[in-house]
Amino acid sequence: MSPEWQAVWLTLKLAGITTALLLVIGTPIAWWLARSRHWARQPISALVALPLVLPPTVLGFYLLILLGPDGAIGQLTERLGIGLLPFTFEGLVVASVIYSLPFTVQPLQNAFLTINDNLLEAAATLRASPRDRFFSVVIPLARPGFLTAAVLTFAHTIGEFGVVLMIGGNIPGETKVLSVAIFDHVEALEYTQAHWLSAGMLLFSFVVLVSLYSLNNRLQPGVVR
Amino acid sequence: MSPIQASFRCRFENFELSVDLLLPGKGVTALFGHSGCGKTTLLRCIAGLQTSEGYLNVAGECWQDSSGFRPTHQRPLAYVFQETSLFPHLSVSGNLNYGYRRIPRAERRITFDQAVDWLGLTHLLNRMPAKLSGGERQRVAIARALLTSPRLLLMDEPLSALDQTSKQEIMPYLENLRESLAIPVIYVSHSAAEVARLADHIVMMDNGRVVAEGPLQETLARTDQPFGLEEDAGVILNATIEQVEPEWHLCRAGFDGGELWLRLHDGLVPGKPVRVRVLARDISIALAAHPDQSIQNLVPAVIDEIAREVTPGTSMVRLLAGQTPFLARLTTRSLHQLKLEAGRNVWMQIKSVAIVD
Repeated sequence: MSPEWQAVWLTLKLAGITTALLLVIGTPIAWWLARSRHWARQPISALVALPLVLPPTVLGFYLLILLGPDGAIGQLTERLGIGLLPFTFEGLVVASVIYSLPFTVQPLQNAFLTINDNLLEAAATLRASPRDRFFSVVIPLARPGFLTAAVLTFAHTIGEFGVVLMIGGNIPGETKVLSVAIFDHVEALEYTQAHWLSAGMLLFSFVVLVSLYSLNNRLQPGVVR
Repeated sequence: MSPIQASFRCRFENFELSVDLLLPGKGVTALFGHSGCGKTTLLRCIAGLQTSEGYLNVAGECWQDSSGFRPTHQRPLAYVFQETSLFPHLSVSGNLNYGYRRIPRAERRITFDQAVDWLGLTHLLNRMPAKLSGGERQRVAIARALLTSPRLLLMDEPLSALDQTSKQEIMPYLENLRESLAIPVIYVSHSAAEVARLADHIVMMDNGRVVAEGPLQETLARTDQPFGLEEDAGVILNATIEQVEPEWHLCRAGFDGGELWLRLHDGLVPGKPVRVRVLARDISIALAAHPDQSIQNLVPAVIDEIAREVTPGTSMVRLLAGQTPFLARLTTRSLHQLKLEAGRNVWMQIKSVAIVD
């Protein structure tokens, strides 16, 4: 595989794994944030939103420290025999999950908030257990939210740069994703290659957003298809 | 032991619910009162949608006591909500099947086709809820509730969100249910007209407490008017059409203790049972039957009880025609002039009688 295609493949793999993990992790967080009246709701909301406002380098820096040999998580992973995560693909996945968390949680939380309590109560009176209600009422009604969350998370992870550079460096086939590859080409004044990759990214992002908006329109519940 | 024993306490910021009730195991019990009186909260406590301290036993099964609270989805009840609660992502048949599928086959006492037939939904099965009218939505919600083969049916003002036409459209279905269902129904309403049409038993609530309860006819005929109906105070009686006189557009209905002439409507044929409402303000009292006056309905009765000055200048008189109670609202002055007192035989002149069905 050419280094370019290697970077593309690595990027897609990272975004795919991150999106899948985040849908699993983000759904319960979003559900709790949407339903709970607990005092910790506000601080946790803020914590989830933090990657939106923090410079990626700050996030990357703290992750590097935390996952490194002197960090709490680094010591834990070493003791578990996993080794150190910085400058590995797994480290990138961990960083991406944190970096893209708000892009999963916020659309899901908004989708959950629009679900009328009444429908869940009706489901309960029709013998559906809480778990059953979640799968038979919440998930179908929040489908547009899940789609938005998945697409935004995927696209946002693809565009990740600062965090990757801080925690993953630039190892071909391991941590050299598209955004870093473009940066390298520009540094080396290889504008042709930089153009190809950049234009590809631009087109990809545009197509993703257009299809998201049109799909979301069609997925509105209650609309007869 | 009463089929339904309910006792709840729950506190809110500016409201406290505190009730102890014994309710009948069949027929329609109306929870009646102004908005904010706690009737919906009580219904939600029974459903387990509202947590509360208390005790609830339905048909010999304990649903809540100090040691346990059975969650809503494990209570064999059905609930029809005030606003539409149909699942927007499911078609009408998807909605109907939602509860039906969750009931073990052996416990189903009503089939899908029966419910569809009862509520006239055959032509709507493939529609999405967004494409239904308000009345159709409530009919689907009722069918969906019945398909869980509940042992208790709870209805929270199922008509209040509907316009007059939809109400008229859905009422006959509710009346049919009253006739054909063998399970108790608890029906929350603030409409005296709905209660008059549907209820067999009535529980009047105010400010989180039960202020009166009992069989509908007896309770409506109380001179102390616990229902606060004042202007609309009156009785309901069950009668049967005995004779029709089409040339006068009238028909005669007999009840236990007398007979009344009613305006003739389509569908009133001899033998048909009707519910008749007689308002207290429409009854005046005469000491003798005067044939030379225009009122058609003259019914002999005995004064049973008098409540003087229920409001300044007016008094409430309870009369019995046979076993059937009536209420008449008179000025206290005419009470004095006619020297009315309990035990006296009089004639009721009834200005207006309405069939509630």
